[in-house]
Amino acid sequence: MVRIDAADVVVIGAGIIGAACAEALSAAGLRVLVLDRGAPAGGTTAGGEGNVLVSDKAPGPELDLAVASRRRWPELLESLRGELGDELVQVEWEPKGGLVVATDEDAVGPLRILAEAQREAGVEAVDTTAEAARAMEPHLAEDVHAAVHYPEDAQLQPVLATTALLAAVRARGGEVRGGTEVHGLVLDAAGTVGGVRLGDGTVSCGAVVNACGPWAGHFSVTVGAPIEVLPRRGAVLVTAPLPPVVVRRKVYAADYAAAVATPHVDLQVSAVVESTATGAVLIGSSRQRVGFDESLEVEVLRRLARSAIRLFPVLAGVPVMRTYGGFRPYTPDHLPVIGEDPRFPGLWHASGHEGAGIGLAPATGRLVADLMCGRQPEVDPFRFRVDRPEVIAEVRT
Amino acid sequence: MRRVVVIGAGPAGMAAAREAAAHGVEVVLIDAAAKLGGQYHRQDALEPGDRFGSPVAPGSAEAALPEVEHVADATVWAIEPIDGGHRVHLRIGPADGPSRQGRAVEARAIVLATGAYDRALPFPGWDLPGVVTVGAAQALAKGQGVAVGDRVVVGGTGPFLLPAAVSLIRAGARVVEVAEANAAVTGWLTSPRGALAGWSKSGELARYAAALVRRRVPYRSRTAVVEAHGSEVVESVTLARLDARWTPIPGSERRVQADAVAVGFGFTPQSELALATRCRVSDGFVVVDAAQGTTAPGVFAAGELTGIGGADLAAAEGAVAGAAAAKYVGAAVEPPLRAMARVRSGRRFAAALAAAYPVRAGWHDWLRDDTIVCRCEEITKAALFRAVDDRDVGAARSLKLVSGVGLGLCQGRVCGQNAAELAGVDGTGFAKRPIASPVRLAELAEEEPIESPIDAEESGSPLGVEY
Repeated sequence: MVRIDAADVVVIGAGIIGAACAEALSAAGLRVLVLDRGAPAGGTTAGGEGNVLVSDKAPGPELDLAVASRRRWPELLESLRGELGDELVQVEWEPKGGLVVATDEDAVGPLRILAEAQREAGVEAVDTTAEAARAMEPHLAEDVHAAVHYPEDAQLQPVLATTALLAAVRARGGEVRGGTEVHGLVLDAAGTVGGVRLGDGTVSCGAVVNACGPWAGHFSVTVGAPIEVLPRRGAVLVTAPLPPVVVRRKVYAADYAAAVATPHVDLQVSAVVESTATGAVLIGSSRQRVGFDESLEVEVLRRLARSAIRLFPVLAGVPVMRTYGGFRPYTPDHLPVIGEDPRFPGLWHASGHEGAGIGLAPATGRLVADLMCGRQPEVDPFRFRVDRPEVIAEVRT
Repeated sequence: MRRVVVIGAGPAGMAAAREAAAHGVEVVLIDAAAKLGGQYHRQDALEPGDRFGSPVAPGSAEAALPEVEHVADATVWAIEPIDGGHRVHLRIGPADGPSRQGRAVEARAIVLATGAYDRALPFPGWDLPGVVTVGAAQALAKGQGVAVGDRVVVGGTGPFLLPAAVSLIRAGARVVEVAEANAAVTGWLTSPRGALAGWSKSGELARYAAALVRRRVPYRSRTAVVEAHGSEVVESVTLARLDARWTPIPGSERRVQADAVAVGFGFTPQSELALATRCRVSDGFVVVDAAQGTTAPGVFAAGELTGIGGADLAAAEGAVAGAAAAKYVGAAVEPPLRAMARVRSGRRFAAALAAAYPVRAGWHDWLRDDTIVCRCEEITKAALFRAVDDRDVGAARSLKLVSGVGLGLCQGRVCGQNAAELAGVDGTGFAKRPIASPVRLAELAEEEPIESPIDAEESGSPLGVEY
């Protein structure tokens, strides 16, 4: 394996965002070194469900990024198939569609209004009656009032996807190095980034990408360029394998988007139920601002269980095999941070995707590569810029 | 009332419960089985058998713990930290029954005595019906008088292969051969190191060895079952001689007729609750101090969770842990010096045992590319290696997700350590199971009654117990 001591770009963080940035940069012909203090694809990426969604975002910059990214995923996988072969590119990509349901009368109006606005933004959002929703998902609760079907919603297995992207980086002469912590940046006299300091020396490079996910805030403080990215904890329940007919799509309650958008620190739980390729049903989603505390909270699991049974009563008797959790990278305005840091030319940030990193990864990677290479970006980067007041705040600990 | 919760009612847990109760604290003793005594009564294939003999006959007067609340048929599925202690979540009733009761018990001090289960190493054909662990074979033989087969090969390593073989014979099986992958246990017992360890059971083991000799059961060292053959069930097995590294010696293979294989390559500690309470582990075993205190405040551990040393050591550790837990919640406790001395001598034996019966890496060589490594998800060695090589994953968490190993019903209990060893990653990630045993969604949804004595308790020694 090559060991790089000088790279065009050093990407810090080998999760889905770091991998997507590294893939796009290496596709542009740059030599990329990806560093991770732990194991690649072992952090937030391994704790997610693998959502590639357009349904849960209101019109705005994040939806634009999501739409571009949803289009990009299958293209990217197809192009990697030619480069890496079939096996590595098997990432359990399932364009199975999403179904958002209103479980009470009050939720119907807002659901329809959101769908209408999304349609205007180019999203396929099909208003669906309760009867039609139950025809699509026969085990759905009786008291569903209305639903919207989003055929474009998809899912993939995030660790497989990340390792496939990283394999492409390696195949193009880049390197992925786990167990390597970055202690600081090497700056020239003008304050421009010229490398990174590691425990055992330095690696010189032309640019650094901070793709540390929920740890991006910590990392930014370490290198003296603080940005406001905080962890927001989530937990997922995994059931024993079920026949694929029990849950067919990604089905979630209409209050999910509101739970995502809330700034509250307290526990937010909203039912998200979906099957996976192995037959296990995944049950989310919870949101909590508890720092990096990993302790199990039974109350969170209890509320997830209740909300899932509310949507699919048939799941009541199903055994839960395990639970896993992770920390989403949260920004105060719920928008990712993508771009160069004006305080340190050569330092880039790509983080703050909260729970949507898997879906937003390819468009994020491409945006970073377009901006870095001086190409016209497909998505307007303005709202994701680093020097917006919600992101560059006073240093908080 | 000052309360200690003890999880596991084998030799360690029973001793802990008895000792804590003797110091006047309320004790809740939780166990998965219907009766006290531990593994002896458990029939689950993943649970250990009775390997050093049962120190306490279940149901006997000695086993009775009248001053202790014994919660039987109870599964601890989660432990969560709360202010000042832990909350232990149980479901009570048969695991596959429709109406398990929920209950949550809080305590400032917990003793984990969850034991260990047999480790099985994979080999071609180990997924055939008829291949079981020695613990399962022994539990079936001693518990129900049923032998797993008519012609059984017993293989693995360590002295507990002998009582398992004798149990099979008593249940009516013909034990074709006992294959010990390391040096013969009889030699070790009479060697200075074995003798120095002062194992009180050596006389018992010698009797087992004599019983095998009487029955003319071949006991071969440096030998292992390297393949099981059969279309539907086991019909024959291949045994091979091993070199010092456990690599099969080419040309030494022998095929023998057998309809069952019982394998045991040491034990894997049942560590999910210890990991859930953030106890530090080393080589899979929970690290404890002289008072059996773990690195987690208020959490004590005893028995095979801390190292494999048999029932006598487990009981001694349990007594030390029970005393320390009582002290932790505020009881006046003198250091249990006699039990501590028994722990020290028992540990010398355990260390000698671990040194004499290691698992050596040569077992990797008797796998073929298509040998199943994870039985639940049917993952082969080749698929595991592809995941490691092509996707370059370096941690258990991502290895599970790219290979599928450990994601099935056993949640890595059978395959995790083996897969971690093959892949060269730390196996602790496979043992982390925040939901320690499956729980139905409706059970999870239910509010359980919570019993909390913590607020009423006087403060103990927050920094732990030191003697």
